Amino acid sequence: MRGFCALVRVDLRIATREMSDSIAIILFLGIAACLFPLGLGPEPNMLTRIAPGILWVTALFATMLSFDRLFHADYQDGTLEILIVSPQTLWVSALAKITAHWLTTGLPLVVVSPFIAVMLHLDPDGYVVLATTLALGTAIISLIGALGAALTLGSRRSGVLLSVLVLPLLVPVLIFGVGTVEATIQGYAVTQPFLILAAIFLICLVSCPWSCSRVLRSAID
Amino acid sequence: MDHFTGTGLTCVRGDRIIFTGLNFTLSPGDALVLSGPNGSGKTSLLRVMAGLSPPRAGIIKWRGQSLADDPVPFFNDIHYLGHENAVKPALSVRENLDFYSSLRPSQYDVEAALSTLGLSKFSNLPARLLSAGQTRRVALSRILCSPASIWLLDEPFVSLDQDSAVIVYKEITKHRTNGGMVVISTNAPLELTNFKTINLETFAYCDTTIWGDRI
Repeated sequence: MRGFCALVRVDLRIATREMSDSIAIILFLGIAACLFPLGLGPEPNMLTRIAPGILWVTALFATMLSFDRLFHADYQDGTLEILIVSPQTLWVSALAKITAHWLTTGLPLVVVSPFIAVMLHLDPDGYVVLATTLALGTAIISLIGALGAALTLGSRRSGVLLSVLVLPLLVPVLIFGVGTVEATIQGYAVTQPFLILAAIFLICLVSCPWSCSRVLRSAID
Repeated sequence: MDHFTGTGLTCVRGDRIIFTGLNFTLSPGDALVLSGPNGSGKTSLLRVMAGLSPPRAGIIKWRGQSLADDPVPFFNDIHYLGHENAVKPALSVRENLDFYSSLRPSQYDVEAALSTLGLSKFSNLPARLLSAGQTRRVALSRILCSPASIWLLDEPFVSLDQDSAVIVYKEITKHRTNGGMVVISTNAPLELTNFKTINLETFAYCDTTIWGDRI
């Protein structure tokens, strides 16, 4: 547990000293979301209808940009070797890195998403649900993306490969995430899609750090 | 008994056999020097010893227990210094050391480790501002911040100045008198006394058929 906290702290400290990554992701989300009204026309009714989808898809792409830094720096500077031969269990280390990744990319996206939602005329009923589902959704994205980042470690052009590998796996997250927000806006019960999202999160929480640790071990071999 | 042994080790990289039939035994106080030309497998052997890459054949034992069965007690007892320094450029020297020692079950004083290697005055400096030799010293100081019986050092003297090298030799000798073991891969002449040597060249596998169908 002490090692887990130390790893999260170190990653957060590095992220705060190199703020550009987190800021770039937020800017990407803002700019990408702006392009939709420009491309589709600023008609409020239509924007209201498609706002949840736009926000989710752009958040998905924005997080994708950040995965190459998850294990890559550690792989190159030898920290990964140190983590593997350290007494701390590797899946705990992987979970710590994933947690730090979510705190530095997922959480900022959750915080700015309501502001972008205002710009896209999202129905006010949807704000809280949007932020909640995005929080859960970005956590799932961090977990699955970490596995993809571990798998593509050491390959050239890993960014494209990673997206091809990970995006199809995130389709259910997108469907149920947008589903929850739309259900709220239209006044339906939100429990069902939200619980499925939560279930996906729990499955990923159990399986991804462990499989990540196996993959990292073989990546370093 | 506190023996660190390897029997019948074979290491394969890609489809080339780097070394085969290699044995080693280390008892408390021993130093083992790995020598051989570039590409002969010094680093590969060290990585196999550290448990980073499992050997294709053979078995490594620490205190009579196989590494393949349960590596955690072994990881408690080793320090591994690889080619890369594993020093985070955004963190200060002290933060780098604090981070490493927090991964270990027990710690020595970080400040003492810093001052031994003459890093005290840089301790608050971001590691990206350090020279190559200073960065290597930070990596080496990791070994001094927590107890471990086995030190596995890959080219520890690369880019170190004379004075720092002398300090490292002194620490290695101290470690050995306290019953520790050291494995060093190096091509530089050593100022150690009373050490075992493995020349990796003698364990090279020369089967022309492997190369024959490639060339």
